[in-house]
Amino acid sequence: MIETVGLTKKYGSFTALKDLNLSISEGTVYGFVGQNGAGKSTTFQIIATLLTPSNGTAYVDGINIMEEPEKVRRIIGYMPDFFGVYDQFKTSEYLDFYGASYGLSVKERSEMIPQLLELVNLSKKHDSYVDLLSRGMKQRLCLARSLIHDPKVLILDEPASGLDPRARIEMREILKELKTMGKTIIISSHILPELAEMCDEIGVIDNGELVATGSVNDIQLKLQEQKVLIVNVARDMDRTIQFLEDDPDVLNIQRGPNGSIQFGFKGSEEDQESLIKKAVHANIPLLTIRQLETNLEDVFMEITKGVGEA
Amino acid sequence: MKSIIMNPVLNKEIRLRFRSPKSFIGIAAYLSILGLISLGFIGLTLNYDNMGVFRPEESRGMFLLISMLQLALVIFITPGLTSGVISSERERQTLPILLTTAQSSLSIIVGKLLSSLSYLFLIVFASAPLYMIVFLYGGISPSNIIASFALYIFTMLVIGSFGILASTLIRRTILAMVTTYSIAFFITGGMAIITIMLTSFSYQFYSQGNDYIWPFITASINIPIMFFSLFEPNIVDEFKDMAGLDLSPWFVFFSFYILIITGCLTIAIRKLRPRMKGKVKKLSKKVSSL
Repeated sequence: MIETVGLTKKYGSFTALKDLNLSISEGTVYGFVGQNGAGKSTTFQIIATLLTPSNGTAYVDGINIMEEPEKVRRIIGYMPDFFGVYDQFKTSEYLDFYGASYGLSVKERSEMIPQLLELVNLSKKHDSYVDLLSRGMKQRLCLARSLIHDPKVLILDEPASGLDPRARIEMREILKELKTMGKTIIISSHILPELAEMCDEIGVIDNGELVATGSVNDIQLKLQEQKVLIVNVARDMDRTIQFLEDDPDVLNIQRGPNGSIQFGFKGSEEDQESLIKKAVHANIPLLTIRQLETNLEDVFMEITKGVGEA
Repeated sequence: MKSIIMNPVLNKEIRLRFRSPKSFIGIAAYLSILGLISLGFIGLTLNYDNMGVFRPEESRGMFLLISMLQLALVIFITPGLTSGVISSERERQTLPILLTTAQSSLSIIVGKLLSSLSYLFLIVFASAPLYMIVFLYGGISPSNIIASFALYIFTMLVIGSFGILASTLIRRTILAMVTTYSIAFFITGGMAIITIMLTSFSYQFYSQGNDYIWPFITASINIPIMFFSLFEPNIVDEFKDMAGLDLSPWFVFFSFYILIITGCLTIAIRKLRPRMKGKVKKLSKKVSSL
C-alpha cells in the first residue's frame, strides 16, 4: 500500500532523509520510531505530498506521489504533529468544511459527520465551538477530520503527543478501532510501548536512515543476539565475577545489589547452557539466573545508542 | 465557475467573517462617517451660498470627494485584508492540512482572494445609496457611478493579487503586509509623484518638438490618475499629446494590470504547493541525458 524507493531529502548540505526504502502492506499498522529530527516527519510530509524529495519517490496504493499527487491526496488522511484548527468553527462545521474540500456532497457530509464524531467520542460536542475543546478533544477532532473522506491510508504524526494519560488511552482505543476497519496506518510516536501494542510492524529511523524494520518481535529477537543475563549468588561475588570474566562470550559485567550480577552474553543458547554447567562444576553458589526482558524502548535505545551524543 | 461559487474556502471564510458582529459594526461606522461627510458637505455649501442653492457642479464636487475617499479606502484596506490570507494559515499551522485536501491550488487561491475582498465589496456597495444623493442635485451620470464602482473592484483585484502573492511567498504575515503596502503605495502615490516629476521634465522636450512617452505611460498605469480621468478626461489627453501616440490610456491601464493580476495569481498558485510534476520531468531528463 505504501512504498518508498530511495527516498532522500536534503536541505543544503544537511541530509534529513537518506535513501529510505519502505514497504508497507495493505491493512498494516506501521509504527515509525526515531528521535526528534530523525526524519519521521520529513518522511510523512513527503508521502502526504507536502514536501518534494531530493531523490527517489514514494507510491501510495500504486500511485506515484511525484506524478499524480492529486490522486494521492484523495486516498490519504494526514494528521501532522503540530496543527492548528479554525477556532471560530463549531466541530460539525469544521468537519463539514473539510468534507467539502474533498468534494463530498452535502448528503454525504451530513451522513459522515455524526459517524465520525461518534467514532472519536465527540458526539456531545457536535455544536461546540472548536475553541472550547480541550487539547485531547482537538486531537481527536483532527483525527476525525483526516477520516472525513474515508481514506485508505492514514498518516499520523505523533497523534498522542502532549496528551494526558487518559487522552492517550482514548486515542489508542480509536486507533485500534481504525485498525479493525482495515485501514493502512503509518504512525509515529514517542510512546514506544503503545506502538508495540498496536503496530504490526515497526521501523526505527535514525539520522535519516532506516536502521531496523520488521515486526516488534523480529526486532527484539535481533537484539537478543546480545542478551542481558542476571545471576544472583548467595556469596563469593568476586570469585563469580572472576569466573564470568574468563568466559569469552561474557561482556560488560556489572555488580548489582543483593548479590546480583548483570552481564551481556553474545553466545548461543548452547553456549549459555555450557556456561551454567561450568558454573555448577566450579561450585559457584548460584541462586537464580534469568534473562532481562527487552521491550521496544530497549530496542530503540540499543539501536540509536550514542547517536545523541555525537 | 461552479467551482468558484461552491468553493469551500470561499464559503468558510465568508461564514467566519460575517459571524462576528465586528464586521457589521465596521460597515455601520464607515457608512455613518461617509454620510456625515456628504451631509456636512451639502450643509456647508448651502450655508456659504448666498441663494441657499446646491448646484449640479457642487454636487459633482461632492461626488468626486466621496469617490476619492472610497478609492483611498480601497487602496488602504485591501493590503490588510489580503496579505495575511496564506501566511496566517501557515502561522496557525492550518495550511499543511488544507494542502493535503483534494482542493486544487487554483481553487484555494481564488477562494482566498475573493473571500478576503468580499468584506470590502460589501463596504463599497453598501455605500451605493449615499451616491444616490448626488442624483438629487445632478451633475453626475449613472455611467460615472458604474465606472467608478467597476474601477474600485478592479483596484481591489490588482492590490489583492499582490497581497495574495506576498502572502504565499513570504512566510511571516507582518513582512507580507509591509511588502503589499509598499507596492500598493508605490503604484498609487509613488507613481503619481513620478508622473509629476516626469511631466516637469517633459515640457523641455515637448517645447523642442520631441515626443515624450514616459509621463503618458506612468499616468496610464497610475490608479488614482486614471480614476480621476473618469470625470476629467482632459488630464490624460495632455499626456497623450506629449507622447504623440494614438493609444487609449485605458488600453495601457487594463493591459498592464490584467498582466499583473494574471502573473501574481499564477505564481501564487504554482508556489502554494511543492512542484512535484516539474521535478519528475527534470529527473527524467537527467536520467535520459546520462
